[in-house]
Amino acid sequence: MQDVVAAVLITTGTVFFIAGTVGLLRFPDIFCRLHALTKADGLGLALIALGVAFLAATPGAVFRIVLIWFFVAAASATCGHLVARYARRSGAGVRHD
Amino acid sequence: MTDPLVIFDLLLALAIVALAAASLSVRDLFSMIVLFIIFGLLSALAWVRLSAPDVALAEAAIGTGVTGALLLKTLHHLRFASGTLGQKAAYGVTPVAPVPMAVIMTNAVFCGLITLGLVVAFLGAPAAGPGFDPLVAEAMPQSGVEHPVTGVLLNFRSYDTLMEVVVLLAAVVAVWQIERGLSEAPAPAMGEVWQGFARLALPAIVVVGTYLLWVGAEAPGGAFQGGAVLAAVGLLLLLTRAYVPQPAHRGIARGAFVLGTAAFALVALLVASGGRVAFEYPLDHAKTLILLIEGMVTISIAVTLAALFHGREPVALAKGDRNDT
Repeated sequence: MQDVVAAVLITTGTVFFIAGTVGLLRFPDIFCRLHALTKADGLGLALIALGVAFLAATPGAVFRIVLIWFFVAAASATCGHLVARYARRSGAGVRHD
Repeated sequence: MTDPLVIFDLLLALAIVALAAASLSVRDLFSMIVLFIIFGLLSALAWVRLSAPDVALAEAAIGTGVTGALLLKTLHHLRFASGTLGQKAAYGVTPVAPVPMAVIMTNAVFCGLITLGLVVAFLGAPAAGPGFDPLVAEAMPQSGVEHPVTGVLLNFRSYDTLMEVVVLLAAVVAVWQIERGLSEAPAPAMGEVWQGFARLALPAIVVVGTYLLWVGAEAPGGAFQGGAVLAAVGLLLLLTRAYVPQPAHRGIARGAFVLGTAAFALVALLVASGGRVAFEYPLDHAKTLILLIEGMVTISIAVTLAALFHGREPVALAKGDRNDT
């Protein structure tokens, strides 16, 4: 039962990652791309972490997965902010159409 | 193809080679560094697949994290020196003069020779031999630690490890000889969100680095990995300007640079004075001595890497100079 739940969660998370990647490749400018990446990957990461937590053997392992999820999520949100901030200030990523 | 992971491994190997080729062939320096960082992360993953988590940790922390930060800092200075810093679409600019063909050819010859040497060594090595695993497993009870990699690094081949620590010391000595005083390039303003993240991440990095050092005795981890992670604390402090290097702190920094090498060499000499061979730790105290050495080496590595990131010796400021090292 746990295996099935984990598999469903990880698969759903992977779908979000793929959606984020498609957005990164297909969207027109840097802000749209960041929007796709940070939102979709953030949700995908949470789902995959939850799925892996179901497979973890010990409470210690679950705790570590939660820590990894928290810091990766915080770091990727910060990175998204920094990239957007740099693009807005330098005017590098603005769409021309 | 019985194992589905074989497909994953093949894709991983292909991606690593493709990333290496891409990072060498792309024209833009920033893209080059980013590709190199991704290359390092995938290499770390490859080391995990090769059941070498120690190497994976070192590759991720030193080969990718610290080296990536050093490269980006270098690019920042190059852009400042060439006047392309802050320009619109500055990331499309390659601010270096074209490299002379003779330099490229010389580098290519040396790289080719090294590759050739590796090929000869690989072909000359016995295929699928037992390696040193049985020898190490047999000698492990005498090492004082439970993790084979730490046993090999800090006991069976500690002379090599000492030399690796000396290399880092030599690097920071050279950097401090070449670069002094203030950085001309203005430090990038990173904003409040970044400051908040740094405040959140700093204590966690300290815990993770110390944990990596401590756990090295029985599981993957150790001085180099822990030191590199702790060096990230220095990087965060420097980037957030929570710590600005002062000329008065040079003594402490110098002490920290040599601490690891000195403690390592001192232990070896003291052990040797007791009628043993150097690095032949007495069994009762082996674990204590190894942890002592690893702790001191970790401090040295962390401070040295952070100093290398700062990249210059903080000397006394003349009056009226802006303090923006």
